[in-house]
Amino acid sequence: MYSYSEFDHAFLAARNAQFRAQVQRRIDGSLTEDEFRPLRLMNGLYLQLHAYMLRVAIPYGTLSAAQMRQLALIADKWDKGYGHFTTRQNIQYNWPKLPDVPDMLDALAQVNLHAIQTSGNTIRNVTADHFAGAAADEIADPRPVAELLRQWSTDHPEFQFLPRKFKIAVTGSDQDRAVIRAHDIGIQIVRQNGEIGYRIIVGGGLGRTPVIGKVINDFLPQADLLPYLEAVVTTYNLLGRRDNKYKARIKITVNENGLDTFRELTEARFAEIRPLFKGMDQDALAAIAAQFAPPAFLHKDTAAYDTTYQADPVFRAWADTNLHAHRADGYAIVTVSLKAHGQTPGDASSDQMRLLADLAEAYGHNELRISHEQNVILPHVHKSDLPALHAALKTDGLATANVGLISDIIACPGMDYCALATARSIPVAQQIAQRFDELKLEHDIGPLKIKISGCINACGHHHVGHIGILGLDRAGVENYQITLGGDGTQDAVIGERAGPGFAYDEIVDAIERIVRAYLDLRETPEETFLQAYRRLGAAPFKDALYPEASRKNAA
Amino acid sequence: MSRPFTPKVITANALLEGDVVYFTPQDNWTRHMSEAELIEDEAHAQVRLLDAERQQNQIVGAYLADVAKGPNGPEPTHFREDFRRTGPSNYFHGKQAEVA
Repeated sequence: MYSYSEFDHAFLAARNAQFRAQVQRRIDGSLTEDEFRPLRLMNGLYLQLHAYMLRVAIPYGTLSAAQMRQLALIADKWDKGYGHFTTRQNIQYNWPKLPDVPDMLDALAQVNLHAIQTSGNTIRNVTADHFAGAAADEIADPRPVAELLRQWSTDHPEFQFLPRKFKIAVTGSDQDRAVIRAHDIGIQIVRQNGEIGYRIIVGGGLGRTPVIGKVINDFLPQADLLPYLEAVVTTYNLLGRRDNKYKARIKITVNENGLDTFRELTEARFAEIRPLFKGMDQDALAAIAAQFAPPAFLHKDTAAYDTTYQADPVFRAWADTNLHAHRADGYAIVTVSLKAHGQTPGDASSDQMRLLADLAEAYGHNELRISHEQNVILPHVHKSDLPALHAALKTDGLATANVGLISDIIACPGMDYCALATARSIPVAQQIAQRFDELKLEHDIGPLKIKISGCINACGHHHVGHIGILGLDRAGVENYQITLGGDGTQDAVIGERAGPGFAYDEIVDAIERIVRAYLDLRETPEETFLQAYRRLGAAPFKDALYPEASRKNAA
Repeated sequence: MSRPFTPKVITANALLEGDVVYFTPQDNWTRHMSEAELIEDEAHAQVRLLDAERQQNQIVGAYLADVAKGPNGPEPTHFREDFRRTGPSNYFHGKQAEVA
């Protein structure tokens, strides 16, 4: 894991002292809210519906046990004993008080964490594949690149006032678990003729105008990464619209100017600045990469795992859904579900955080990850330790066997917390999870991603949910639109709107009708919802959703 | 014909705590919507909003919210204001827990 240099420590301390003074000046009246607002946003502090909210960056989703413990301490000391993990691998505290925030930031700095650039029109927390450094199908660990980009983008003087926020994601696998095609820039580490390089995707994004990113460069040599990205962001910074907030993201810039024009301008800028990069960036990357060396994997017998797998059906169900293939022999990647049926997706209590920290130390080479799907990953667990790990997870509601299933729902905070929301998300997610748990259909249904956003900004990624739900305010009443067939992977697709929306008390029944239609229509139990949807198209699912319209058409 | 004016209250978030507050006839801020000044005249609403916005050292983001006249003072007409008055629905936190 990356550990801070003297420079990092000094920078963060200076920045936190600066913000402490800014808070003090807001409180004593020297700064107006209009003056203070951009300053607090640069430091991750929002004002939400019921309180302030502090959004803390978890760079590329990676945490040590000590960092996780500190997050728990902050939750207990200055919040209400829990935190909310987000779709950008961040954690949000929902109840901080303004005078306490400088102390919270200092406490974060003690463990090399911060809230810088988690808001504002800057380059945001760089996200990465949550299985980085562990996945069996990985070409290279994406985190050194993500850390390099974090250092490059943090306080980058040219990129503090971009036309709009800017999100970058990195993956090192063909199988895209980081939704790189829905980012302003997506980076995929690829290998061509034995050489490692990068496929650069630009102009993806969700929100009110969902766009799948386009490949601007199919193979960028390693040494060109930073100057090329700088050229992309500079081009956007000059060309991007500042007259209309809704047309300011790079996806609009690329669409309005055309990918070819955008590429030409980028290449021209790249030619200008490439000579200025004389290798210091590559030295920095190499030094960072050395800090992400894989842990010393153990060679142990896996008999304990095999025995428990055969003997314990609860363990077996969990192992079948929550484990993924690891690159090292005898190891597994464990996804700990933060989606217990009926609970708030992505929330963890301080006790749960401490338990996860303990387990990471005991069984996980001291590493934790936060996924954009709002779960916690223990990326390196030896199979022989899985029975003990599972038993420990059970003690605090962390052993739910539902990863990738219908109750593993992404949900934004929605109108329960968010000032921008137009409807609630969390209770819809809770009710769907409970419904399918009661029906005992979840494992029979198989892989199915439901994603819920409480407004058009799409923090809940509903456009790329196999079933997406968008909560809106229709004439003062909550109303939920359904999209079908979305996909956030390497085959990214924006879901198709199914038809008129549903009321709050109708939405769970509507989802059940879609799912029951799928169960009737699938050719075999192995055919997933998404496969069935792609084979059949939307029509049979719409018929199930709107039976009355369907009957009328048939008549 | 102009449309009839919907009654309003002035609401904001407290500067230090961040929680929801309402402007009273005495130029104070209360945690209870029922104690807020019910404003039934459009011109008066604009004047009172200016009064409220002058208290920058106490509040953030004052605005006029639609309400209805209830037996115990103003009542929200929109679900957003109802949530702001109550707190989140997933936990018993916020106003519902703190303002008895």
